[in-house]
Amino acid sequence: MNQTASEPILTTDGIPLKVSLQKSERKNKIRAFLLVAPLLVFILVTFLIPIADMLVRSIDDRQINTVFPKTFEVYKKWDQQGLPSEELYETMFFEVKNSEGYDIGKASTRMNYSKSGWKSLLKKSKRKFKKIEEGPYKEQMIAAEKRWGDIDYWKALGVMVDPTTMGYYLNAVDLKFDSNKEIIRQKENRRIYNHTWIKTFKISFLVMFFCLILGYPISYLLATLPLKYSNLLMICVLLPFWTSLLVRTVAWMVMLQQKGVLNNLLVMSHVIADENRFQLMYNQTAVVIVMTQILLPFMVLPLYSVMKTIPPTYMRAALNLGASPLHAFWKVYMPNSVPGISAGCMLVFIIAIGYYITPELVGGKDGQMVGNWIAYHLKTTLNWGLCASLGAILLAVMTVLYWAYNKIVGIENIKLG
Amino acid sequence: MALPTYATTGQRIGYYSFLTYCGFVFFFLIAPIFIILPLSFSASPFFEFTKEFMNFEPEAYSLRWYRQMVGISSIGDTTVVTNKWMLGTRNSFFIGICATFLATALGTVAALGLSRPNMPFKGTLMAILISPMIVPLIITSAGMFFFYSKIGLTHTYLGLILAHTALGTPFVVITVTATLTGFDTNLIRASQSLGADTMRTFFKVIMPLILPGVISGALFAFITSFDEVVVVMFVGSVEQITIPKQMWAGLRQETSPVILCMATCLVALSIALLTTVEMLRRRSERLRGIKLHK
Repeated sequence: MNQTASEPILTTDGIPLKVSLQKSERKNKIRAFLLVAPLLVFILVTFLIPIADMLVRSIDDRQINTVFPKTFEVYKKWDQQGLPSEELYETMFFEVKNSEGYDIGKASTRMNYSKSGWKSLLKKSKRKFKKIEEGPYKEQMIAAEKRWGDIDYWKALGVMVDPTTMGYYLNAVDLKFDSNKEIIRQKENRRIYNHTWIKTFKISFLVMFFCLILGYPISYLLATLPLKYSNLLMICVLLPFWTSLLVRTVAWMVMLQQKGVLNNLLVMSHVIADENRFQLMYNQTAVVIVMTQILLPFMVLPLYSVMKTIPPTYMRAALNLGASPLHAFWKVYMPNSVPGISAGCMLVFIIAIGYYITPELVGGKDGQMVGNWIAYHLKTTLNWGLCASLGAILLAVMTVLYWAYNKIVGIENIKLG
Repeated sequence: MALPTYATTGQRIGYYSFLTYCGFVFFFLIAPIFIILPLSFSASPFFEFTKEFMNFEPEAYSLRWYRQMVGISSIGDTTVVTNKWMLGTRNSFFIGICATFLATALGTVAALGLSRPNMPFKGTLMAILISPMIVPLIITSAGMFFFYSKIGLTHTYLGLILAHTALGTPFVVITVTATLTGFDTNLIRASQSLGADTMRTFFKVIMPLILPGVISGALFAFITSFDEVVVVMFVGSVEQITIPKQMWAGLRQETSPVILCMATCLVALSIALLTTVEMLRRRSERLRGIKLHK
C-alpha cells in the first residue's frame, strides 16, 4: 500500500497513469469541441456579430463627427456662455459649404434628433452660404439665417461631441437630453415608447394567460386519454405548429374581418344586425386572439411532456383517501404539473414579446408592439440608432428571460413535437 | 380518464363540460386553418363566404385563382407578364433547400460533439447555438441588415441562404441531440475495434441510427426557411420574392384570393411534413426500444 501511495502507477511507456489519462481526456475534449466549432463559428459570423453590430449602433454617434470634425474640435473650447466665437462660426461655415450634400443630409438628420430645426437650417444655409465670399462670417451667417444667432442650436450640438451617446436609449423610453445635457422627458405629444413597452408586456402577458387556461385542460386530456385517441388529438396541436405563421394569420383575417366568418355567423343567427357588425380586426383584441391561437402549441407541448410523467395512481390514491376530484386535482395533480406550467408560460411569453408579423397585419394602429416600431424605424424613418436601441432593450429583456428559462427548465429540454 | 360507473350526477356534468371545453379549444386550434380551404375555391374576389357559395351554386365555385397562381391566365384576365407566385415558389425552394443542407450538415456534426460525455461548457454552448431560435426575428433581421450591408451580402441569395441556415440550425441541433440521448457509445467502440476508421464508423454505425432525428431536423430547418418572411424582407432585395414575401405583399396591398390558394398549398405541405416527422419519430422510438410517448 505504502509503495503505491508514494510511487505513482506508470503506463507501459513509463508515463504516470494520471498524466496519461489527463492527456487523453483533454484530447477527447478538444475533439468534442472541434465537432462543435464549425457551427459555433458559423453562428458567430452570421448571427452573433450582426447582433453585436446592432448593439454598437445603438450607442454610436460618430456619424456627425465625421462630417464636421474641425467644428467639433473648436466647439470643445466654447464655454456655453453667450454666442460662440468667430472661430467656431468660421469652421462651421467652411465645413457646411465644402461638404457633400449627402453627408450634410445624414448629419442634419442626426442633429434634428436632438433639436428639430437643424435639418432645415443646414439645408437653407448650404444654399445661402454660396453667396458669402469672405469673413468675418459670424454676422453674415446670422444675417443669412437668424437661427445661427440662437444659442439653443449651438448648445444642442453639445450632446453630439462624444463619439458615443446614450441619447437613443433615452429616446426609447421617452426621455431626451435638453440643450444643457440634462435628462428630461419628451414633450407630451412625442411620448410613444413607454406606452408601447407597457402594451407589449400587457399583450404578451394576456397571450400567456389565455394560452395557459386554454392549454392546461387539453394537455391534461391528452396526457390521460388512451394513446390511440391522444395521438389523433395531438395532430390538432401539431398541425398549427407546422403551418406557416402567415397562413394562420391570413386564416384569422378571414375569420375576423367585417364580412368575415364570425360576423357572418352572428348576423345569420340574428345576434347582431347586419349594420352593426363588430369591429374585430385591427385592434389589440385581435392581436391577443390570433397570437393565443398561434402560440398555444408552445404551451401544450411542454405541459403535455410534464403531465405524461405524473403517474395516474397519484390521483387515484388521493380520491381513494376521500378527496373530492377537485380537491385531489388541486392538491396532488396541479403541484406536480408546475414545471410544465412554468416552462410553457416562459416559452410563450418569450416568443410573444418579440412578435412582429401578427400585430402588423391584424393589429391596426392600436395593436402595435415594440417589434413593429423597430421595423418602422428600420425601413421607414431610417433612424437606425433608435431602431437599434429599442432592439437592444428588447434583447436585454429576452436575455434575462432566456437565462431564467435555461436555469429553470434547461434549454436542452425543449421539445419539438 | 373515463368516468367510473358510480360517478355522481355532479361529476358527470363536470366531466362532460370539461370535454366540451376541450372540444372548443381543439376547434379553436384547428378551425382557422381549415376555413381557408373551401374559400380558395370560391369565385368571389373577396375573402368571404357569399350566399351563392353557401347554397352550393356551381357558378360560385371556380378554380380561377389557382389558375392565376400557376400562371395560366383565363379569358378576360390580362396576361400576367411575370408570375410572381411561381417565381416565389422557385426562390423559396432554392433558398430553403440550400439552407437545409447547410444547416443539417453543421447541426448534425455539432450535435455529435455536444452529446459527447466530456464536452466542456456544454450548457453555455447549447444556449448560444439555440439562440437564433429564441431571439425575435425582427431583432435578428435588424442586426443582419446592418452587418450584411457592410460586407455586401444584402440583396444576394448567399446572404439569404446564410441567414436562413443560422435560423434553421437550432432545430437540427435539438432533434439530433434528442435522438442521441440513449445512444449506446459501445457501438462506436465495437466498430472501431473491428477496424473501421472514423468516417466508416460515422456512415455505417452512427448515421443509420440517428437518421430519423437528422431528417426531422432537416424538415424543421426547411419549413423554418420556407415560412420566413421578416429576414427576406430586410436582407433581400425587392426582386427576391419568396412565397411568404409575396403573401405579405398581397395582404398589405391587393388582397387577392390567390393568397388563399397558396395558403391551401402550404397547409397541404405542412400536413405532409408533419406526417413524415411523426412517422420518423415513431420509427426512431421503436428502433431504440422506447415506448411511444415515454
